[in-house]
Amino acid sequence: MMSDLTQLGVKAIRDGVSGGDFTAREVAEAFNAAVAGAAALNAFIVTTPDHALAAADAVDERRAQGEALGVMGGVPIGMKDLFCTKGVQTTAASHILEGFIPQYESTVSSNLWAAGAGMLGKLNLDQFAMGSSNETSYFGNVSSPWRKDGTNAAMSPGGSSGGSAASVSARIAPAATGTDTGGSIRQPAAFAGICGIKPTYGRCSRWGVVAFASSLDQAGPMAHSVEDCAIMLGAMAGFDPKDATSLKMDVPDWEAALDADLKGKRIGIPREYRMEGTDQAILDSWEQGKAWLRDAGAEIVDISLPHTKYALPAYYIIAPAEASSNLARYDGVRYGLRDLPEGSGLQDMYAATRAAGFGDEVKRRVLIGTYVLSAGFYDAYYTQAQKIRALVAQDFAQAWAQCDAILAPTTPTASFPLGSLSDDPLTMYLNDVFAVPASLAGLPAMSVPCGVTSEGLPLGLQLVGKAFDEQGVLNAGLAIEERAGFTAKPEKWW
Amino acid sequence: MSNYRIQGATGEWEVVIGLEVHAQVTSNSKLFSGADTTFGAEPNTQVSLVDAAMPGMLPVPNRECIRQAVRTGMAIEAQINKYSRFDRKNYFYADLPQGYQISQLYHPIVGEGSLTIDADDKAGIPEDKVIGIERIHVEQDAGKLMHDQHPTMSYVDLNRCGVALMEIVSKPDMTSPAEAGAYVRKLRSILRYVGSCDGNMEQGSMRADVNVSVRKVGDTELGTRTETKNVNSVRFVMAVIEGEARRQVALIEDGGTVVQETRLYDPDRNETRSMRSKEDAHDYRYFPDPDLLPLELEQDFLDACRASLPELPDAKRARYTDALGLTPYNARELTAEVETFARFETLLAATAGLLGKGEEAVATQVANWSLSVAPGVMNALGDEANPAHATAAAQAAILKMQAAGEISGGQAKEIYEIVLKTGREPGEIAETEGLKQQSDTGAIEAVIDEVLASNTDKVEQYKSGKDKLFGFFVGQTMKAMQGKGNPAVVNQLLKDKLG
Repeated sequence: MMSDLTQLGVKAIRDGVSGGDFTAREVAEAFNAAVAGAAALNAFIVTTPDHALAAADAVDERRAQGEALGVMGGVPIGMKDLFCTKGVQTTAASHILEGFIPQYESTVSSNLWAAGAGMLGKLNLDQFAMGSSNETSYFGNVSSPWRKDGTNAAMSPGGSSGGSAASVSARIAPAATGTDTGGSIRQPAAFAGICGIKPTYGRCSRWGVVAFASSLDQAGPMAHSVEDCAIMLGAMAGFDPKDATSLKMDVPDWEAALDADLKGKRIGIPREYRMEGTDQAILDSWEQGKAWLRDAGAEIVDISLPHTKYALPAYYIIAPAEASSNLARYDGVRYGLRDLPEGSGLQDMYAATRAAGFGDEVKRRVLIGTYVLSAGFYDAYYTQAQKIRALVAQDFAQAWAQCDAILAPTTPTASFPLGSLSDDPLTMYLNDVFAVPASLAGLPAMSVPCGVTSEGLPLGLQLVGKAFDEQGVLNAGLAIEERAGFTAKPEKWW
Repeated sequence: MSNYRIQGATGEWEVVIGLEVHAQVTSNSKLFSGADTTFGAEPNTQVSLVDAAMPGMLPVPNRECIRQAVRTGMAIEAQINKYSRFDRKNYFYADLPQGYQISQLYHPIVGEGSLTIDADDKAGIPEDKVIGIERIHVEQDAGKLMHDQHPTMSYVDLNRCGVALMEIVSKPDMTSPAEAGAYVRKLRSILRYVGSCDGNMEQGSMRADVNVSVRKVGDTELGTRTETKNVNSVRFVMAVIEGEARRQVALIEDGGTVVQETRLYDPDRNETRSMRSKEDAHDYRYFPDPDLLPLELEQDFLDACRASLPELPDAKRARYTDALGLTPYNARELTAEVETFARFETLLAATAGLLGKGEEAVATQVANWSLSVAPGVMNALGDEANPAHATAAAQAAILKMQAAGEISGGQAKEIYEIVLKTGREPGEIAETEGLKQQSDTGAIEAVIDEVLASNTDKVEQYKSGKDKLFGFFVGQTMKAMQGKGNPAVVNQLLKDKLG
């Protein structure tokens, strides 16, 4: 019985707890045990079994009192270690924040706890969410639970939400939070054979989330099914007066309005996404996706997003520029690591602290960001990149005249072995080529598993929607999910 | 153009001055956080998570600070930009937790405006002069380093960190220390009228960066300027300009060149010294703050800002001379400070009301009382005076008795003294203490008759042309009446009797 519980997703757990099939405590204990037994994945930086148990007990108590349990009632989740959690170490997978214990709770995690969820632990990620393979964490790589058929090579879970993807696909957490700046929810979801949605920019408060690139960062759920994502996103989202970029809009009941019937809907296929270097398996899955959506009643239309090829370079200017400024606060003065060499002054302390506290990828992006904002280079890089960003957004705006949502691959390849790209940052950055345009435009986008490669690795399809139309994205995702019948699971080796 | 000149070895030089005034916005909480802004609190007791730049913290604009900046812009008749934006100015320092200051470089909230400094012959300002204001933007203040708390370490106090400042940037329109001083005083006065800054320079609520360059008289090109930072009094602003202009002239005449640099003023030695040159200047890597949306002001908000503006210094002074009939001197003195005109206007209304007259009819009397008599009595008493007793009602009662001829000017002062010490009612004091003057013509005539009778020789001399003796008769009469005779009545009766 106990081992069965870890196979359940958000909705099944919630409904099972509220229906009395099992207690929230039984669920929490089952997942705590699964987490404890999966250290080899290195998915968690810290585990918080007591948090999960306390939340579960509170839900069981409410049920005993006949009270409502909340939309996430009894569901223990993994929390990406980019969300500040009161009293629980929050590191962004960095040395510079090692040992940092916030005195405050991020809005998104607060919302989840208020909805009845509990926390299994803080999930590993690429350091400061910078990376596409989860190899930049100070706390070590996360291993994907997936392996190529018949091999033992450790595979990348994707990044930056690699711990989130690995924990859900390994079924040591029924769902996890992620954050997506340029694909950090969607790419790992695709690599791990799970669902993940990045909502419209501003849906989820950024308050209490360690900032990477403020104009792009968005939190979202990662879970087994489209429906689970709809439920959990509903719990995470909402206007927050503490975030000036938060959307002042009501949160729709996405779960209740899920509908896989796409009659009357037009799905756009952007011709510019047919890029060189994309695996044949990916292209095949895209064709399959069109067929499924057509089967669901949608009309498939060809569209053009002409500035697509400029999106990735623009992203790698804007995101590092913002990061170089956002990360300036990690200076050794007030919290976190301080490296103060004997007899040194303030400047030496900054240099020593940041040299020791940041990993190579973070330093690379801080340097790029500092460079593109420098006097004499600002207009050539940052201003140009902002223009491209506006053009990319305009591409989408024009596409909406022809279609209601867009279908594209999530990534150009399936997962790759850990270490295989770590010396080649540019190839690594290409992982995000399909994900970044929607990020620059602030649009809702999700990845849904659609099959496995000949080597047994999962593949994902991406759906991009209009601003505020998470429902359209979820519905199209549901249509694919129903037809894909994705049931593959990683074989347990950990 | 003022006639301020530096006499150099090679000829006459003139000075060109621009000021960047940082004015702390009057608001209960900081520009982007809810932390308190009260001056003088224990270190680090007014610091929010946002001010300390904890991970994941976000700025949210304080509407009141924006309102104050807009009202200030309106008070200098400036362009108010409905669209403005915040930018990050990036640099590392221990008093700057975020690693950047949120400011407005590219799109400030207030555009071009101006203020007028008043003619002041003594200061070498022959006529009123309009000084252009380039812009006002709002930005965060930094914290404060404390170097005197520990032998080897510096401490950081973040109380001030994140407090809203307006940076008010003038055009290089000033050409003498006196003009710059007048500009700062006028600006301070406007800010205090508007209520957007308390203008307290000692507490650092207002401080100026002073840009100075020199050029030969007649040259049209501007010289290279230096910027002296954080000058915190009008006197120091003027001293910096004098010293810096002399230093630059001497430097150039010695064959050197002025380098564009940032300087610091040392008030103890009355000199500036170099802080950093342009070559060492920070590259601030300004870019739009992605945590904040552009600020878009709606017409309703602007209308409410404008409606909330008080009468401003120039308008008030004009009304004082034109409608109230005050002398230009009195009008200027009364309108210089908010507290002064507030006291004056309250007393004016009370006095006019008590006398049942228009304000213009009593304005001069009230002005003289407010500017010289009342402060004189207060100062003379020192600690003996209880300022709480200085009510408009008491003072109006005194002024009413004086206007009615019931008390003399001297008696008014004496009564006010007692009021300030005891809080007793002026009418009662006049009665009880015998501080009323005699206006009864019969009684005064009797005294005059006696005086004239006992000074027949002087009467003769007077009648034969020694007019000066009139004062003697007045004095004798007043003396006989213990100073309580109404001087006007005494004068009139004496004139009648002496023919």
